[in-house]
Amino acid sequence: MTTATRLFSRRSALALGLALLAAACAKSPSELDGQLAGGAGGAGAATPGSAQDFVVNVGDRVFFDTDSTSLNAEAQSVLGRQAQWLALYPRYTVTVEGHADERGTREYNLALGARRAKAAQDFLVARGVTSTRIRTISYGKERPVALCDQDSCWAQNRRAVTVLNTGG
Amino acid sequence: MRKLFRNLLAALATVAALAAAAPSSAEITININGGNIQPLPIAIPNFVGGADTAAVGQQMAGVIAADLQRSGLFQVLNQASYVDRITDPNAVPNFQNWRAINAQALVSGGIVRAADGRLQADFRLWDVFGGTQLTGQQYFTTPENWRRIAHIIADAIYERLTGEKGYFDTRIVFVDESGPKGNRVKRLALMDQDGANVRFLTNGRDLVLTPRFSPTSQQVTYMSFGAAEPRVYLLNIESGQRSLVGNFPNMTFSPRFSPDGNSVVMSLEQDGNANIYAMPIGGAPVRLTNTAAIDTSPSYSPDGSRIVFESDRGGNQQLYVMSAGGGGATRISFGNGRYSTPVWSPRGDLIAFTRQSGSGFAIGVMKPDGSGERILTEGFHNEGPTWAPNGRVIMFFRDAGGPNGGPQLWSVDLTGRNEQRIPTPNFASDPAWSPLLK
Repeated sequence: MTTATRLFSRRSALALGLALLAAACAKSPSELDGQLAGGAGGAGAATPGSAQDFVVNVGDRVFFDTDSTSLNAEAQSVLGRQAQWLALYPRYTVTVEGHADERGTREYNLALGARRAKAAQDFLVARGVTSTRIRTISYGKERPVALCDQDSCWAQNRRAVTVLNTGG
Repeated sequence: MRKLFRNLLAALATVAALAAAAPSSAEITININGGNIQPLPIAIPNFVGGADTAAVGQQMAGVIAADLQRSGLFQVLNQASYVDRITDPNAVPNFQNWRAINAQALVSGGIVRAADGRLQADFRLWDVFGGTQLTGQQYFTTPENWRRIAHIIADAIYERLTGEKGYFDTRIVFVDESGPKGNRVKRLALMDQDGANVRFLTNGRDLVLTPRFSPTSQQVTYMSFGAAEPRVYLLNIESGQRSLVGNFPNMTFSPRFSPDGNSVVMSLEQDGNANIYAMPIGGAPVRLTNTAAIDTSPSYSPDGSRIVFESDRGGNQQLYVMSAGGGGATRISFGNGRYSTPVWSPRGDLIAFTRQSGSGFAIGVMKPDGSGERILTEGFHNEGPTWAPNGRVIMFFRDAGGPNGGPQLWSVDLTGRNEQRIPTPNFASDPAWSPLLK
């Protein structure tokens, strides 16, 4: 994967998540500013088939309940769109990154992140994405994206993120 | 780098017992199994030195005093209260002057530079009210190793007065954490058990987790990201040489050495579930669990016959014990919450764990059959216990939370008392305590 692609996908996702964040989680203005500054592009403005298109119009991540690896309806909908998009743009391979929140122990969370990545991978494969196009990795609780000590943040950290590996 | 590591572990002390200058008889002891421990008042004057060694003599007394004070079993008397001083470390002290300040024990010591350039340190431990010498030793070392001699002397004092081995001449390997919470830089680091002599073993480029010592303290096994799959590695801390443990197609994690040092037990992730494997160093892997659950955090009993681990095979994380060869496992945790990161005590009598319940994380201990559970400390986040080699003290990491917060290293006695923070240069996590150094 290129670093630029990955950074871009993370930042755009943060910008999108902002409204939700502001509503759910009392964050200090400086934190919000930091996330605003990281945002890029508006919804719908992305070039079809670009990484931005994938992140903004398809959605690059799904979320899980505490200690769960089940894909809820919303997660299945996002992964279904990912599968359709990947069928349109076969030049991409992806890495599904599995993550856990901080409210678990380190070793277990590594395994839990792996399970979440596998759940997302299995769904994509069931929707027609060739398994060889999908790599998985677990980061356990090592890479949280939301940093408050409340479930509004932990819920954003319990995630599987589909990262595009090759630039379009 | 290579030279640094070699110096670290250089064999250093030659030991000679110092003959008692006064007969030993009935004497002071500390009963460390008692309920309310009354710390033993002890006087530790500066070690007597010449013009070139007086400064290190003062530093050595400071290190010994800090070790004993932090153990919670001693009350080191303030040097300003002393009405006498030691001028000849080999002479019998004037006990009357030490009784006057209510010292029950007294340490006298001397430090000189031997003809070959090494330091020669002598110490004697005195029973002030009995008027007897309890122990005495002589050590030689290279000048840069003075701290180790101080720790060895502190261990000798602890052992003589408690009847148990000490734990001061030991090291901690841990994960140094810097940078923002969302993207921490993690480096393997090594330090003395009191936080001195921090050295970094990796450069922070790759995310590293869960280092654990080999029984000789010469090697560390740990998990590192950076290659295609995150995997378990061995690092020789003398040579700096790193090697992969096994060659699996998937993530390996949560490693720990067997007590004989001949194999590493760890988890292998396959198709979304984790099983436990033993990896004989240089041999073929042996599969020990075979479930669709997350089986991880394996830790051997000190005799190597059994393994305690955590598994969510029953629905959530609980502790199980199985034979070291695998096979059937018996659940041992039945309290309120999720149990994880079990570590078998070096004495074999207890298993330490992390327990998550309600909104908090606790560190506790239970017997290997699951009875006698006790919580030692509890709060927002406490995780990852590791045992001092004498099985009396547990170190762990604690995170108080907050957007700018991070983990720090703490220790607590088996009694649940005497919480102490271990100073580290940055945030720190995943501590592992070495055996007593050789």
